[in-house]
Amino acid sequence: MITFNINGKPRQIDLPTDTPLLWVLRDHLGLIGTKFGCGMALCGACTVHLDGEPTRACVTPISAAVGKKIVTIEAIDQDATGQKVQEAWLTLGVPQCGYCQPGQIMAATALLKQKPKPTDADIDKAMSGNICRCGTYCRIRAAIKQVAGLTEVKP
Amino acid sequence: MKKPLDRPELSADISIADDILHIANISRRAFLKDLALTGFVLAAGFPSLIRADETALPSQKGKYGADAMPHGWVDNPLVFVAIADDGTVTIICHRSEMGQGVRTSLPMVVADELEADWQRVRVEQAPGDEPRYGNQDTDGSRSMRHFFMPMRRVGAAARTMLESAAAAQWQVPIQEVRAEQHQVLHPATGRTLGYGQLAKAAAKLPVPARETLRLKKPADFRYISKGQLGIYDGQDIVTGRAQYGIDTRLEDMLYAVVARPPVFGGKVLRYDAKDALEVPGVVKVVELPSSPPPADFNPLGGVAVIARNTWAAIQGRKALKIEWNNGPHGTYDSVAYKAELEAAARQPGKVVRNDGDVDTALKSAAKQVEAEYYAPHLAHATMEPPAAAARIVKGKCEIWACTQSPQASRERVAKWLKLSEDNVTVHVTLLGGGFGRKSIPDYVIEAALLSQAMNGKPVKLTWTREDDLHHSYFHTVSVERLEAGLDTQGKPVAWLHRTVAPTISSTFAPDSKHQMPAELGMGVINVPFAIANLRIENPEAEAHTRIGWFRSVSNIPHAFAIQSFVAELAAAAGRDPKDFLLDLIGPPRRIDPRTLGDTWNQGESPEVYPVDTGRLRRVIETVARETGWGRTLPKGAGLGLAAHYSFVTYIAVVVEVSVNEDGKLNIPRIDVAVDCGPQVNPERIRSQIEGACIMGISLATLGEISFKEGAVMQDNFHTYQLTRMDEAPREIRVHLMPTPEFDTPLGGVGEPGVPPIAPALCNAIFAATGQRIRQLPIRDQLRKD
Repeated sequence: MITFNINGKPRQIDLPTDTPLLWVLRDHLGLIGTKFGCGMALCGACTVHLDGEPTRACVTPISAAVGKKIVTIEAIDQDATGQKVQEAWLTLGVPQCGYCQPGQIMAATALLKQKPKPTDADIDKAMSGNICRCGTYCRIRAAIKQVAGLTEVKP
Repeated sequence: MKKPLDRPELSADISIADDILHIANISRRAFLKDLALTGFVLAAGFPSLIRADETALPSQKGKYGADAMPHGWVDNPLVFVAIADDGTVTIICHRSEMGQGVRTSLPMVVADELEADWQRVRVEQAPGDEPRYGNQDTDGSRSMRHFFMPMRRVGAAARTMLESAAAAQWQVPIQEVRAEQHQVLHPATGRTLGYGQLAKAAAKLPVPARETLRLKKPADFRYISKGQLGIYDGQDIVTGRAQYGIDTRLEDMLYAVVARPPVFGGKVLRYDAKDALEVPGVVKVVELPSSPPPADFNPLGGVAVIARNTWAAIQGRKALKIEWNNGPHGTYDSVAYKAELEAAARQPGKVVRNDGDVDTALKSAAKQVEAEYYAPHLAHATMEPPAAAARIVKGKCEIWACTQSPQASRERVAKWLKLSEDNVTVHVTLLGGGFGRKSIPDYVIEAALLSQAMNGKPVKLTWTREDDLHHSYFHTVSVERLEAGLDTQGKPVAWLHRTVAPTISSTFAPDSKHQMPAELGMGVINVPFAIANLRIENPEAEAHTRIGWFRSVSNIPHAFAIQSFVAELAAAAGRDPKDFLLDLIGPPRRIDPRTLGDTWNQGESPEVYPVDTGRLRRVIETVARETGWGRTLPKGAGLGLAAHYSFVTYIAVVVEVSVNEDGKLNIPRIDVAVDCGPQVNPERIRSQIEGACIMGISLATLGEISFKEGAVMQDNFHTYQLTRMDEAPREIRVHLMPTPEFDTPLGGVGEPGVPPIAPALCNAIFAATGQRIRQLPIRDQLRKD
């Protein structure tokens, strides 16, 4: 039995310790906002925060999450920056299909918490691990800049 | 605009329960129960509340547009609208949401004509049931084009019924009342009645005849054409509550993955499941039968592992030992196949259009130019891979799926399970991308078969990314050979185009080796150039994998070749590419597509939707003006133009690039001018075009699926690369051609943005570097070592 802290609550799971966090969240805890996209840390759809660090849940065995604070998209609104990111995402109409957006929001929130005024290069670095097949990148950048209070040329 | 996070919580959505198992689509059933209890009176989605006269407004049969689609259209308000006593208006969306915004845009059209307050509207997704809702096959960039008018009539009819009910209650003539923002007013006396108060009485009235409906004037639209509404599912998406097919959770559900034959047409010779069954969590291993050709929508067969969670199923699959028989396509090799296509393109082929005398004109031309272009297979790579859940209870199968084609899913599942369609329900979840992949329900059938194999227990099937890339219905692969002759003034006098590509028809009739009218009609046969001598040929190409529909389909290779070649001709003629293209298109005229040999015309009426070169010219002129065509750029930078007409929409693009000394490509800006006719939801049109730019850049720079020994060589996003933030265009400007009077027919939006991007990019690279790209993807062709 493994105990860990998800979204501020202790949770117990009885699974092989090499089970990736992603499937524990999705299949056992019903936290379906964390998405499966590749299973190899290539697309970022499964991004969660582990002690505030953006982490790909699909390659993180639950053994590596023990003792850490796990935050998923479902609780990111409890963070002031996370809430601002969600609001900017809606104000600028970022999502299309929306599937990758929880991961994008988790990545953007982590970026903005670490660098409240990110440069374009910072944004590229922090966000290029997250694929959006609908192609919302320009709006993601604009939304990050909006949260940061930086001006962005609007289409 | 309302503060986005303020949208009222619409009760029945799935809560993010920490402890209890989510039951997929409980919202829908809870809602339907509510509906019965609280007396929704204009009934929706609940057959027992539908009155006998609901079929009073049958769909029309016809040759074109929505009339010609399976099950056509329905505009009965009793099917699409419900109003509760508290005034909540529920609108059914019967088309699949995959990011194009249809769950916002179609209900918004109903709400506008209904004079409903959008804040009091909830949207419910229709299950697969085309006889009831009209065509649901969400592809071909058709949803708004085909359902704008039916949905307006739905709203107008419901509004009229509410007005009639109010007039009756007040005992005044209906002309004295009017509906406005969720209530009916009697201005003479200042009386008002809310929609909730009127709903019961309104529902007892007959549905007004279609021809008596009073539709709004465009100037009176409240939501249509305004682009002020955020997407309906926005809040669920940003909070992680949005439900996609892969998110389905049912009580006692099992999780499955399938090992499919690596080569199309292959089958299981023998397998050993012993190790797989020892993986903790694995419950069962079952063989799925493979189907004889044609591929159709049939599952590929293979060996399924069913487990207590997805991870255990994946681990179990890794432990399977399977011997495959690869079948007749085990030698499919993309390098060899490219050479085959090139050889075919260098020989005469089936003539599909022939104007004038190309051979003579070519021979006598002052200058001959020829070029061959190659565009490889692509996979859609929807971020949500194919997934579906199924359960069978007492002979009734219930499916939850991210599908673009719920009706086809229902029909095929019924056939495979030998059930009547009435006993198959297909709930449509949100789609995490579709792009044509999810118009084919092979994975939905698989889920149903797996539930059947588990005696009806709920089973969710997940495709991994590897499955998705290995077993797609791939975008075709093509060689396009073009030859042209220029006269002494540099004017084109002859045009020969040979297009060679395996056809989608082969998926349904394996012997098909020629492109079908719907493929030729995607920009190759209906090329609207003013050249007297023009011939299009289509040599044979045999398919060795499943060919399917990929966002904008054959327009991709056709536009890439044609628009690249036009720029090559301009260079050969020493002319500006924009001026050359405009001259080639010629003066504004409305061309009957049949005179070009295009009998398909996107399924639309040739009278209503001629090829309008005036509109094509206008988008080119607009994008040139907006981008500052001709402006001076630094060394290594360039502008490239391309224009393409597809899905009855006219689009012109200018891509700005810079290529540094190492050959690294940078795309600071793309301008796109779009004439899709009236713009119902301009905000979502912009987002679709922005997305099309990224997809176009992605396929031009990185996208390639290739085969070796019959199997796909790309496994995941490290080998099938997609454009990411750092290589995406930094800025995309979308210029929509104004049509405030709504006096032109609607065009498609989801797809037509894609085709002109690759040629505009390659033309920009040529302008910047002098290097001509004729083979996609560009990948490292620009690199200087």
